[in-house]
Amino acid sequence: MAMVMAKAVVKVEGLTLRFGAYTALFQVNLEVAEGEFLAVVGPTGCGKSTLLNVVSGLLSPSEGQVYTFDEEVRGPNPKVGYLFQQDAILPWKTALDNVALPLVFKGVPLGQAREEALLWLEKVGLKAFVHRFPHQLSGGQRKRVGLAQILIPNPQLLLMDEPFSALDIQTRQRMENELLRLWQAGNGGGRKTVIFITHDLEEAIALADRVVVFSAGPGSRPIGEFPIPLPRPRDVAEIRLTEGFLRIHREIWGLLRKEVEKAYED
Amino acid sequence: MRIRTYQVGLLFLLILLWEWGSRTGRLDSFFFSQPTAILARIGAWFSGGEVYRHLYITGLETLLAFLFGTLFGVVFGLWLGLSPRAALVLDPFIKALNAIPRVTLAPLFTLWFGLGVLSKVALGVTLVFFVAFFNTYQGVREVNPLVLANARLLGASRWALLRHVYLPSAAGWIFSSLRTSVGFAVIGAVVGEYLGASAGLGYLIAQAEGVFDTTGVFAGIMVLMAFVLLLDSGVGALERQLLVWQVKGGAG
Repeated sequence: MAMVMAKAVVKVEGLTLRFGAYTALFQVNLEVAEGEFLAVVGPTGCGKSTLLNVVSGLLSPSEGQVYTFDEEVRGPNPKVGYLFQQDAILPWKTALDNVALPLVFKGVPLGQAREEALLWLEKVGLKAFVHRFPHQLSGGQRKRVGLAQILIPNPQLLLMDEPFSALDIQTRQRMENELLRLWQAGNGGGRKTVIFITHDLEEAIALADRVVVFSAGPGSRPIGEFPIPLPRPRDVAEIRLTEGFLRIHREIWGLLRKEVEKAYED
Repeated sequence: MRIRTYQVGLLFLLILLWEWGSRTGRLDSFFFSQPTAILARIGAWFSGGEVYRHLYITGLETLLAFLFGTLFGVVFGLWLGLSPRAALVLDPFIKALNAIPRVTLAPLFTLWFGLGVLSKVALGVTLVFFVAFFNTYQGVREVNPLVLANARLLGASRWALLRHVYLPSAAGWIFSSLRTSVGFAVIGAVVGEYLGASAGLGYLIAQAEGVFDTTGVFAGIMVLMAFVLLLDSGVGALERQLLVWQVKGGAG
């Protein structure tokens, strides 16, 4: 990957984030190139989610700066699509109206917004469920609604916080493949930039162009990064069995393991 | 279905016991009247047509108290729910006002607003307002923060957040309070009428009581009871229409 050449879409400079006396992130520096799929791994509770909350503008840095598209992030960042770990779609709206919502917020008339939402629900394979309320959908289906909802306003930067961790393994791999398919297809323009948080190293390698390992908290920060030169398009289930995958896995695991052990000792 | 049978059976048993007691003198019918007499009185009221005016007045007062009390309560609850500062400042005032036993306000309202409909509506509003207010406030405060953050990032304006997130989220609370509110609106109307009025079911009951006509009192109570049950089922039907998105446990 020509990471040096590509423009940095996300720049994190000297980011420290404290919750009272607890330091979640300490002196984090990170750049994500345009169109890059970055996976961030680390032990649970290491402040990975906090990083996304800062990039999305939901939290403000205690120290340091965060830039997206060369602008400093202040307040809720309208340029990102953020898929949370837990469901964040609106329980009182049908799948269709949930997906139409970002367009409605932009002032698109409801009828037109629904037409476009229907196309997106088709893309995520939910055509038959458009009029269901979230509680009438399965966990995987709700994730698809959430995915369509953040994709419909066509953000160029996607933040994903362990989005598939609550799903069973088959559903999860299907979702991962669909995410890769949607990402590779682009959407009128190049690929979107993705920051994908996970504690599952296999998921990180299978999806990403680059994996960054965060240290155990408190004061979590990146302690290693690994390019993933595996060919695309990938099938997340099959790629796990290849020699290249296993070699990369061994290499990163050597580093990650120590951090996981540290997290357990505390 | 079986439950229904038991319920109807129990009702008849109680009525029969009452009727038997008053007929055999075990219950003094001067104090307790008797079911057949009460039924006959209700029948006479409706066939004579005089009860409709009273029903209309009480109904009007209830409806107005319910509407305005809920409206003010919801608006106020949204406001305080969304501005924690104002909520902190006003908290002791709200607690103090809510501590006033509302019946004691009735004489004041009668003085201020006269013997007509308005004084009853005012009394009902003071009761309904707090129910609607507390529930709306609670509903707004308990919005899922993740859903809220998500809507913000998806570009919702303040107004859009209110319309698409806060209000629907509080709707469950507001609706569960509406059932209580209807009851309170009726209490406001009837107590107001009871204490000073020239029409309404409360007035009817007060009149009957004035001449020791327990049959009239019981008949008035029965008509009121049916009236409230009718209103309650109306609100219940509305609630089911508007809250289809909620997970329902068991059959309603």
